[in-house]
Amino acid sequence: MIYFDNSATTKVNDSVLQTYNAASQEYFGNPSSLHKLGLKAYELLETSRKQIANLMGFKQDEVVFTSGGTEGNNWIIKGTAFKKREFGKHIITTSIEHPSVMNTMHQLEELGFEVTYLPVDKTGHISAQDVKDAIRDDTILVSTMAVNNEIGAIQPIHEIAKVLKDYPSISYHVDAVQAIGKNLQSKFIDPRVDFYTFSGHKFHAPRGIGFIYMKEGKQLEPLMAGGGQESNLRSGTENTPAIAGMAKAIRLLKENEAGKADKMEQLKEKLVNHLKGMDNVHVFSQIGEDFAPHIICFTIDGVRGETVVHTFEDRDIYISTTSACSSKKGLESGTLKAMNIQENVATSAVRVSLDESNTEKEMDEFIKNLDEIHDHFQILN
Amino acid sequence: MEYTEIMVRYGELSTKGKNRKSFIDRLHGNVAKVLKDFPELRMQPHRDRLHIKLNGTDAKPVMEKLKNVFGIQTFSLSVKVSRDFEDVKKKAVEMMHEAYKPGMSFKVGTKRSDHSYPLDTNQINLQLGDAICDEFPEIDVEMKKPDIKISVEVRQDGIYLSYLTVKGAGGLPVGTAGKAMLMLSGGIDSPVAGYLAMKRGVDIEMVHFFSPPYTSEQALNKAKELTSKLTAFGGNINFIEVPFAEIQETIKSSVPEGYLMTIQRRFMLRLTDLIREKRHGLAIFNGEAVGQVASQTLESMAAINDVTTTPILRPVATMDKTEIIRLAEKIDTFNLSIQPFEDCCTVFAPPSPKTRPNIEKTRKFESSLDIDGLIQRAMDGIKITTIEHGDKFMESDQENISSLL
Repeated sequence: MIYFDNSATTKVNDSVLQTYNAASQEYFGNPSSLHKLGLKAYELLETSRKQIANLMGFKQDEVVFTSGGTEGNNWIIKGTAFKKREFGKHIITTSIEHPSVMNTMHQLEELGFEVTYLPVDKTGHISAQDVKDAIRDDTILVSTMAVNNEIGAIQPIHEIAKVLKDYPSISYHVDAVQAIGKNLQSKFIDPRVDFYTFSGHKFHAPRGIGFIYMKEGKQLEPLMAGGGQESNLRSGTENTPAIAGMAKAIRLLKENEAGKADKMEQLKEKLVNHLKGMDNVHVFSQIGEDFAPHIICFTIDGVRGETVVHTFEDRDIYISTTSACSSKKGLESGTLKAMNIQENVATSAVRVSLDESNTEKEMDEFIKNLDEIHDHFQILN
Repeated sequence: MEYTEIMVRYGELSTKGKNRKSFIDRLHGNVAKVLKDFPELRMQPHRDRLHIKLNGTDAKPVMEKLKNVFGIQTFSLSVKVSRDFEDVKKKAVEMMHEAYKPGMSFKVGTKRSDHSYPLDTNQINLQLGDAICDEFPEIDVEMKKPDIKISVEVRQDGIYLSYLTVKGAGGLPVGTAGKAMLMLSGGIDSPVAGYLAMKRGVDIEMVHFFSPPYTSEQALNKAKELTSKLTAFGGNINFIEVPFAEIQETIKSSVPEGYLMTIQRRFMLRLTDLIREKRHGLAIFNGEAVGQVASQTLESMAAINDVTTTPILRPVATMDKTEIIRLAEKIDTFNLSIQPFEDCCTVFAPPSPKTRPNIEKTRKFESSLDIDGLIQRAMDGIKITTIEHGDKFMESDQENISSLL
């Protein structure tokens, strides 16, 4: 089996799973309970938070646990909108965001908020100037992703942050779900950013767990009301085993992060160079500084993405159409559409997404199969 | 640079006259207890300074601990060089490389306790200054407020150089001002009161009331852990646990609700005073602040204080809560204090205690109780433990957790 769909989800790491199991059995107390078992669980929870904060360069109190990327994005966007609605109802985002951002924005529009969706250029990048031009007196939030999940374009976070320095009252949210663990920290961690979203299952932690960064002093309206866990911000009994697993997964992720990213980059280069030499193939993920090392989006012209996915699947190779979250709806890629790619091309797009465990041998095998599949489908052209 | 010793300067000694020796002995003992985890250290207490020879120990953690010990004015990290002046020059330049950042000024200050050394103070200052100026042509010499002061001390066994002088905790060595009891709850105020008592050299012993099963083992451990935090400032502290449940139950069942709190406190004070007497203490400290809660109004204090003539000192009496919290954070007891365990003051707290209890009425309500019997049984149940620096009492799975993560 070759698994090249790591941007959709990753396999849980074995030792993370061991941590999850041990935590489930030895630290099963409710962290809010007063007795010893509760205290033990609380200690595990807070030590995990501290470890995550340290590894990410945040303060301990700035890490708040969630159920994952979708909750994080929903919470930060709605939580900010609800908290600041008296100051304005205008939000700026981009036309290539993940559905958990897009659909949240649509919900807010129904509640009377105004959202500006910034365009992207033909390489899938937004521009800081566009952000600046879109700012109004009533703008309360700017939300942009760090790494595009479909084609891997790295967005100019620092440049946007620089623009927003002149507008301290506007909250800045960065969806960093696809950016973590790829040695891209220096590209998306910026002191001007107020909120980040992260999701565990993108880096070999269990699914159903994630965390947000919430800069010291910033506020969010809670979406989950209840027992007051997570400093009254996010009620619900904490998922301590998954949190412990996530803390471990981040530690493993950070070990030799640069080497792992280089390895992915080499595999990506190999595939991209190969794709560029093929007829009737479009590659949307470029090699270079403003593209992440793990995502390669391409099309075999005239063949629907879904067909390509299934053809690979028959050979025990797993890739996806551009975004797992929209692939079942048969939608064309939102990002490619925003890049003004023709609809018939966009519906052909597939995404290969790597992780640090993928090998050169797997890539060679993939390329061999790609050639065969490509040759087979040339009858369609 | 590898440093060889830390030179400790005493605080407030000039006023101590004949007590100098006991002051120095006590400080030496307190420092030794706080630094007990560094077996390579060798201490030499002298009349005007305490020398701590590092013998290869990393100075940084030692200095961190030293910063907390009361009775220390300042301390300097020094390196011992041979009496060969070329060596001294070389080391001084090396030291400047460590300390100097562009734009800084410096001076050299020399003390000669060995007057047989061939160079006098001025010559040493000048020659070292020259050597440094040769190496750092941009550097400014500044006599009044230099950024870096290289201190040179000429002794018979060698020459000591230092540039890093750290401010100590000040105050008096714990133990030089006599012994007193501190009424320690698990709250924010009493550890701060203890810290302030220690700062004036008072050797405190903790008196902690606990009421199982109304209060938990964790609450008791929390009080012990708070005590352990305070050992950082002067070494071991005795912790005295006094069982209090029977007294509380008895008071609850036979005294009007409004006076529950006042009478409980009077019992606590009686017990603390008895313990003080037995253990040869001279005073009682507590964490009361005027007006903070019902038991801390002046009327309440008067009604509670009615049971003894022993001096009761309240170091935080006039501080605002925020000031107390700031100090608690500084001495690292705050996060521990706010952990939510019931303590004996809260379990039997009446919904509306009298803020202005009447002393006559208090005495009258109390007179129906078997005061002597209750006190005796509580005294019989007392347990005393010595808490040393670094002792841990709160349940901690940190090791196991670290291996999991």
